[in-house]
Amino acid sequence: MKRVYVNEKWCLGCHLCEYNCAFANSGESDMVRALRKKKIVPNIRVEEDGEINFAVSCRHCSEPICVKSCISGALTKTDGMISIDHDKCVGCLTCVLVCPYGCVRESENGAVQKCELCLNNTVGEPACVKGCPNRAIIFEDRG
Amino acid sequence: MKNYVIIGNGAAAVGVIEGIRSLDRDGKITVVSRENRHVYCRPLISYLLEGKTDENLMLYRPEDFYERNGVKVIYGKSAESLDPKSKKVILGNGEALDYDEICIAAGSSPFVPPIEGLESVKKRHSFMTLDDAEALAADLTPDSEVLIIGAGLIGLKCAEGILGRCKKITVCDLAPRVLSSILDSDCAAIMQKRLEQMGIEFLLGDTVSRFEGEKAIMQSGAAVGFDVLVTAVGVRANTSLVKSAGGETGRGISVDTRMRTTLPSVYAAGDCTESLDITSGVKKVMAIMPLAYIQGRCAGINMAGGDEELNNSFPMNSIGFNGLHCMSAGSYDGDCWEQKTERGIKRLYTKDNLLKGFIIIGDIDRAGIYTSLIRNKTPLDSVDFELLKKSPSLAPFGKAFRDEKLGGVI
Ligand SMILES: Cc1cc2nc3c(=O)[nH]c(=O)nc-3n(C[C@H](O)[C@H](O)[C@H](O)COP(=O)(O)OP(=O)(O)OC[C@H]3O[C@@H](n4cnc5c(N)ncnc54)[C@H](O)[C@@H]3O)c2cc1C
Ligand code: SF4
Ligand code: SF4
Repeated sequence: MKRVYVNEKWCLGCHLCEYNCAFANSGESDMVRALRKKKIVPNIRVEEDGEINFAVSCRHCSEPICVKSCISGALTKTDGMISIDHDKCVGCLTCVLVCPYGCVRESENGAVQKCELCLNNTVGEPACVKGCPNRAIIFEDRG
Repeated sequence: MKNYVIIGNGAAAVGVIEGIRSLDRDGKITVVSRENRHVYCRPLISYLLEGKTDENLMLYRPEDFYERNGVKVIYGKSAESLDPKSKKVILGNGEALDYDEICIAAGSSPFVPPIEGLESVKKRHSFMTLDDAEALAADLTPDSEVLIIGAGLIGLKCAEGILGRCKKITVCDLAPRVLSSILDSDCAAIMQKRLEQMGIEFLLGDTVSRFEGEKAIMQSGAAVGFDVLVTAVGVRANTSLVKSAGGETGRGISVDTRMRTTLPSVYAAGDCTESLDITSGVKKVMAIMPLAYIQGRCAGINMAGGDEELNNSFPMNSIGFNGLHCMSAGSYDGDCWEQKTERGIKRLYTKDNLLKGFIIIGDIDRAGIYTSLIRNKTPLDSVDFELLKKSPSLAPFGKAFRDEKLGGVI
């Protein structure tokens, strides 16, 4: 299955992936309107370790502990991809309590949000990867 | 072709079904379900009353789940006894089911405290099942004054769920604080304040000594008028099937790391079991939904001939009231590191170079990174724990960890 993988030596720490993610999932067609003067809540987050930067998003784990722990059945695995049903989710945050990589987060609508590889929005492929100027994140099949 | 039977139809049973089916597509699976319902999410009964979900959305698995997995469900029947020698389970109507492998996933039952005069209370409820929730809702009117005995997770979730459906809610508990099994007094005070802001009243360190009709006489002497009563003082694991068949039980059914009971071909999973808490080294009932599913799945895989072990369990909880979230995990043992934040508090407990437990109220972002330190028994000197303490992130784990987790399939 294709997942998003990190090449930390190429990451510039520019945070562009965060903006592209927030825009892709905003439902808006205009980036300025979607993001201007808003605190963005992206599903990918750039971290730093001294000089090094790297972007973290859902690993789409093969044994996803978030799915096994969800108290509402809102998180499911389909063809390897872990997705969230916002209507079923009650926002208990048990998934936040168990995800080892910190990749599920509270969203404004009372449910949680996570990376769905842009397969459930209009972009159709990870917007973070598409917009990365230095190929520090790549979308490919490593098994 | 193997013949599997599962007693109970909750999250643990679903884990068993999915565990079996991950290895065995053909075996016969029969579920005996006391509740006359498709599997639903037990914790969501309060959200249902609150209007945050509905009966369809709260199904734990889609409507075609049993059909897709080739499962026969016997609804509205209970298993009454188990004969491990002849490998039979006897149902309430006398019917006997044969099995090759059986899993007891019978959950727990609400404990109703023996209080003088309790029988005289006309509108009295437990809060465990969807039927309970519906019956409670039917008794509530906008003028109802509700008394809830028990300020634990179930009592408080019930209170939140019905807040908009009644005039007044009083919660009493013998413990001097709310959520006493998961929170110390400082942290409990923060949550209590939030609950009080929501309009819930408390009588703590006090409980009902007797009922005089619709009046509760408290141990302190206070009298509390009410018209609807909810008892939520605790639950008891349903151990009787295994116990009366001669299997080992304590507060729950004893299981090993493969979810085997001491009876041959009899497994158990979920709220009816007790197992090892790795953070305290003590066997206990850990009645939480994630563990019910995970244990069930482990049992199912082993029943189908696989080899799955579970040796990293510990209690944990995520509970929120009106947007204020509280997370807890493990044991509050060892050195405590504390950080007060704008919205709450963070307490991390460390011992022997390991994170043993934590309580976080308010800023819970990425808390799962802490949980994983407990689960994996990560030696704290192998990460930059000083950095991690302040804010959970992956940087403190170093490059090798990141290369593996962010660069490979996990
Ligand atoms: C109000 C409420 C809120 C909760 N909130 C949370 C939460 O936020 N997070 C969390 O992790 N956990 C929560 N829990 C706990 C969680 O619901 C349980 O841990 C979980 O449902 C256990 O699943 P189980 O399959 O082991 O048992 P259950 O879901 O209880 O299923 C067992 C089933 O077996 C049936 N049964 C019993 N005996 C027999 C028999 N002899 N024959 C046939 N059938 C039988 C029972 O009727 C029951 O339907 C909450 C519980 C309640 C009541
Ligand atoms: S949210 Fe976390 S646990 Fe779930 S699949 Fe993604 S990385 Fe894994
Ligand atoms: S917050 Fe939503 S997705 Fe996460 S465990 Fe709770 S119900 Fe499931």
